[in-house]
Amino acid sequence: MRFEGTKDYVATEDLKVAVNAAITLERPLLVKGEPGTGKTMLAIEVAKSLGAPLIEWHVKSTTKAVQGLYEYDAVMRLRDSQLGDTRSSDIANYIKRGKLWEAFESDVRPVLLIDEVDKADIEFPNDLLQELDRMEFYVYELDRTIKAKVRPVILITSNNEKELPDAFLRRCFFHYIRFPDEETMRAIVESHYPGVKTRLVNEALKIFYDIRKVPGLKKKPSTSELLDWLKLLLTDDIDPETLKSRDPSKLIPPMHGALLKNEADVMLFERLAFLARREQRGGGS
Amino acid sequence: MFQRFFTELRAARVPVSLKEYLVLVEALEKDAIAPNVEQFYYLSRATLVKDERHLDKFDRVFGHVFKGLDSAAEAVNAEIPAEWLRALTEKFLTDEEKAQIEALGGWDKLMETLKERLEEQKERHQGGNKWIGTGGTSPYGNSGYNPEGVRIGGEGGQRKAVKVWDKREYKNLDDSVELGVRNIKVALRRLRKFARTGAPDELDLDGTIKTSARQGYLDIVMRPERRNAVKVLLLLDIGGSMDSHIKLCEELFSAARTEFKSLEFFYFHNCLYESVWKDNRRRHDEKTMTWDLLHKYPSDYRIVFVGDATMSPYEITYPGGSVEHWNEEPGAIWLQRFADVYERMVWLNPTPRAHWDHTPSIQLVREIIGPDRMFSLTIEGLDGAMRELSR
Repeated sequence: MRFEGTKDYVATEDLKVAVNAAITLERPLLVKGEPGTGKTMLAIEVAKSLGAPLIEWHVKSTTKAVQGLYEYDAVMRLRDSQLGDTRSSDIANYIKRGKLWEAFESDVRPVLLIDEVDKADIEFPNDLLQELDRMEFYVYELDRTIKAKVRPVILITSNNEKELPDAFLRRCFFHYIRFPDEETMRAIVESHYPGVKTRLVNEALKIFYDIRKVPGLKKKPSTSELLDWLKLLLTDDIDPETLKSRDPSKLIPPMHGALLKNEADVMLFERLAFLARREQRGGGS
Repeated sequence: MFQRFFTELRAARVPVSLKEYLVLVEALEKDAIAPNVEQFYYLSRATLVKDERHLDKFDRVFGHVFKGLDSAAEAVNAEIPAEWLRALTEKFLTDEEKAQIEALGGWDKLMETLKERLEEQKERHQGGNKWIGTGGTSPYGNSGYNPEGVRIGGEGGQRKAVKVWDKREYKNLDDSVELGVRNIKVALRRLRKFARTGAPDELDLDGTIKTSARQGYLDIVMRPERRNAVKVLLLLDIGGSMDSHIKLCEELFSAARTEFKSLEFFYFHNCLYESVWKDNRRRHDEKTMTWDLLHKYPSDYRIVFVGDATMSPYEITYPGGSVEHWNEEPGAIWLQRFADVYERMVWLNPTPRAHWDHTPSIQLVREIIGPDRMFSLTIEGLDGAMRELSR
């Protein structure tokens, strides 16, 4: 089982090594990086390229670690018992399997994605240490230990909203998805929109990296925003010349809504455009 | 096998443990990679580094161990540009003063000593007659009384702020320091104020029993979970006189990070003026207006200043008193504005309590924010500060 990237996903060499090490040593891989650099996509593509089923566990701020294992719906059982439902005599009817259980029960080696682990409570990763390490857990209600048939490939993503505990980190491989350079970016664009107009892409990439360099942006546009933007440019069949023109009155690129997601950032751009206009007028007189 | 690599990583303060090292060895044993240096670099990076903050340090150690490149330490040491010193200082020295410099052994000698002392001196210095600092009689420093002093920053003759000669690239506060912060955390825990907000997803046992008894059938009552509702705005003094306290600050900072639901932080220098900043490396181009802070964060935020409040009194009371830029309004007005808006505000001061009464600027700050609101940066002081904040 080796991951070599797919035709839809451009994996850099270091990413491949990290993924393959995680697969070979059967340990979780923690992936960090700017939002929109393809952390979640990675799991989907790894599953696709390994031909393995993908089990996704999206973590929210209310998610508890035990929910990944199982949940015992005591309230439902109480209700049922009041209504005289015979099912209520068997506790197993009220145990809901979580994503980890699902992954452990799988006969073929699955890919388990624990998405945005940092969204949950601080203690969340700590509560999963044993489960991720030994790939087994104990169900008190059923008096049974669930053990992984095959150790799943586990990918964990984090947006760095919270610090993860050391003990948790020590059990993982770590990869930080660096923001792609222009060359990689071109390969990524090519893999998403094959045969795209090169000139348009060149101009768009130039603008894109320029925007990323503007200091003070609240949210710098990332790969996924660039891809969305290019899609808009392509569907509207924008002329590359429009992008190329450095006319200050058009300093804000067309369809900027796809790139700038924050009204403060748009305002910043408008202000810059205004300044540039004034500068030009001042220079001309 | 790679023990030197391992120990050097630890020496460079990349937090690697034996476990990670063993995993690396195991990975090599299982042939997880093709045998070449690049792949080994990627593999060891994925195994040993668990945080992007350490990637840079790791790269330097790797280069050093496996290629014999320059030691990482060299890049860290700051250089003191001698020409820079000279050019800037010459600008505001009169001929008379220059003659006095000759009296002290000549320009070069003076600059050389200054350079030496800058390198030697690790801590902020106040008073005394040798080290560079404020209020002393050494020829080096500012607000001093030695007529032949080389003024470094501080007040110029024309009542105009002279830029500090040294635009040091203060290092960003590294929030990774976890050393000995446990007791700080415990003290900060006092600040937690739990409130029930959000969706009802917790069984209210008492409520359930009560309503079931009343209704005659099982009636489940749910309630929202308790969450920490405390919002904190942290304002940290960075650079200049705070250099010696930076470690304490770092510890506080790293402790605070994990303790509250909402925590915002900003940096200022010496005293609060019209702007603050978030990223210390970009402090000159990415500023946030202090007015924006006052408007953005409602008055139920708790404000924590961390600073030694040790500076020349002018920096607080006069417009243009700042050592770094020309400020239209004195720092005192800005502090007063904060004190007016925010009911719960404390100032944590790392200088020992015994010095407070002898430092006019500390007294000034205490007058503005309230005498009982300044606490020393010790566990005890922190405890008191948190008590004050949670009242």
